[in-house]
Amino acid sequence: MHDTVNGEAPALDLAIESRGLTKRFGTQTAVNGIDLAVPRGSVFGFLGPNGSGKTTSIRMLLALSRATSGTIIVLGQSMPDRLHDVLPHVGALVEGPAFYPFLSGAANLRRLDTADRHAPSVTRRARVQLALARVGLSHAADKKVHAYSLGMKQRLGIANALLLPRKLLVLDEPTNGLDPQGTREVRSLVRSLAAEGTTVFVSSHLLAEVEQMCTHAAVMSAGSIVAQGTLAALRQVGQTRVSVRTPDAVGAVRVLTHLGLQPTPTVVDGADPIVVAPLVGTHWEPEAIVTALVAGGVRIRGFAVEEPSLEERFVALTGEGFDVVQ
Amino acid sequence: MSSSELRSSAQENRLPLRRGVGWDLLSSEISVLFRRRRTWAMLVALALIPILLAVAVRLSSSTLAPGEGPPFLDRVTQNGLFVGFTAMVVAIPLFLPLTIGVVAGDTIAGEAGLGTLRYLLVAPAGRVRLLLVKYAGAALFALVAALTLTVSGALIGALLFPVGPVTLLSGDTISVAESLLRSLLVAAYVTVSLLGLSMIGLFISTLTDVPVGAMAATIVVSVVAQILDVIPQLSWLHPWLFSHHWLGFADLLRQPLDLGSFGQNAVVQLGYMAVFGALAYSRFVTKDILS
Repeated sequence: MHDTVNGEAPALDLAIESRGLTKRFGTQTAVNGIDLAVPRGSVFGFLGPNGSGKTTSIRMLLALSRATSGTIIVLGQSMPDRLHDVLPHVGALVEGPAFYPFLSGAANLRRLDTADRHAPSVTRRARVQLALARVGLSHAADKKVHAYSLGMKQRLGIANALLLPRKLLVLDEPTNGLDPQGTREVRSLVRSLAAEGTTVFVSSHLLAEVEQMCTHAAVMSAGSIVAQGTLAALRQVGQTRVSVRTPDAVGAVRVLTHLGLQPTPTVVDGADPIVVAPLVGTHWEPEAIVTALVAGGVRIRGFAVEEPSLEERFVALTGEGFDVVQ
Repeated sequence: MSSSELRSSAQENRLPLRRGVGWDLLSSEISVLFRRRRTWAMLVALALIPILLAVAVRLSSSTLAPGEGPPFLDRVTQNGLFVGFTAMVVAIPLFLPLTIGVVAGDTIAGEAGLGTLRYLLVAPAGRVRLLLVKYAGAALFALVAALTLTVSGALIGALLFPVGPVTLLSGDTISVAESLLRSLLVAAYVTVSLLGLSMIGLFISTLTDVPVGAMAATIVVSVVAQILDVIPQLSWLHPWLFSHHWLGFADLLRQPLDLGSFGQNAVVQLGYMAVFGALAYSRFVTKDILS
């Protein structure tokens, strides 16, 4: 809508677009020429191990720190030049919540709200109450923040991002410090915000989190984006495969090879070996494979068709040390 | 897209351009400053200075010879209105710069240390606006600190000593009402005296994310300036020191009223405000907020 009014017609309407975004600290390159493309209305997962440059990128997107090189366009406007026009539409949680410990939760939100000149003061109290209710903190509104638990501070940080209706929410590790119940609440909150049309850009080092709430994702590794796209497209890069649990591993390998597959047997201690074969370049239906195995005298104790898992894909992309939730 | 849709989406885009003047942030800053226990502790400590002075003078049996002790102290027993002036003289070299160092040093570094700086800037508060608001808060604190000394001095002086027409340094006598007016003038003089140091503190505060460091550095700067001010070999430098006129408010206790030192002091303070304001601006506007 916005772009039509301005007479522009981009191929894809993007909420965030970066080109060659780079940040160097001395000789160290924290972010190395990333091209982000976050479609409007998406829930975009920004995934990567700790220290891969996610927060540094977010700081540049929000004009907190200056890019060494590269361009940033947020909500159709160039950053940081137009930050006063852009940021009122952006709610953010950056590198954990931060508050005045000697003020109550509600007083903290009112304080941060006064910083935005577009935030009407007449509705301030009501908006603060609403934001607190939305994250389930109404009961602790008048408690001083130094008495808050980590999870409560995290919720208050999210409430701060929701003080005004936003076009874009940037949430850096929003479920940090939350218990499973809180994590679920944040997920459903993000979904309801996305349903209202807000673009949500959420960074995480937890794959499961991104998998459960995002429509799109980009994977960061050591300062670069190694994959980006819809979640479905990212999944397709992986391979569907069959796995056969059998005491006759040798026989299974022989039959599968005969069918034109490339099986690899895995020996598991104290259990039957498992033979795995990718389902690429083959026209065999799974049931036909089972029939062939049985006909070949292979005793099948388990058979599964495994969809490609994002987890494997991401571990492959980002290497070892990736913090994956099981 | 129909024309009505166009209009509504255009309105949606125009809506945020209706900016408030932004006084809300200033009032919020002031309320946060004066809701801190630390601020009140410093003001109470300042209020105790005249009280301790007055009580000590009242309890001691020996009378002071004129000129003995801090300036004006010998006059306190004759007229309670001098308690405030004496307290001001005692507080200016150390206690007042100490409190200014804490408040001005905390301005930006304190927000950075808490992490709230990034949320203020993302709101967006605007970096220049935030600097102005922070400085206004520090300046207001200087005024409140000076008034605290004045009011506390006047109250305890009136309580413990006779109050009457005041004999000024020039030998003339003024009414109680006018002497109270002169007290306020002295408070104004002291407030102005602290404006330069407050701006130095604001600048130092943009250099670090550790508020205690900025506070200590600001206090050290004020001590160094005062040491330089008593080294005769550096007399060429003295008129340029922000602390040079700090004790010059004695001129306000003469008849006719001499506002010369008030003016000189104001010019020096304005100079420091301009230089360190520009430094704070250039530093803060380009600063990477990594806290």
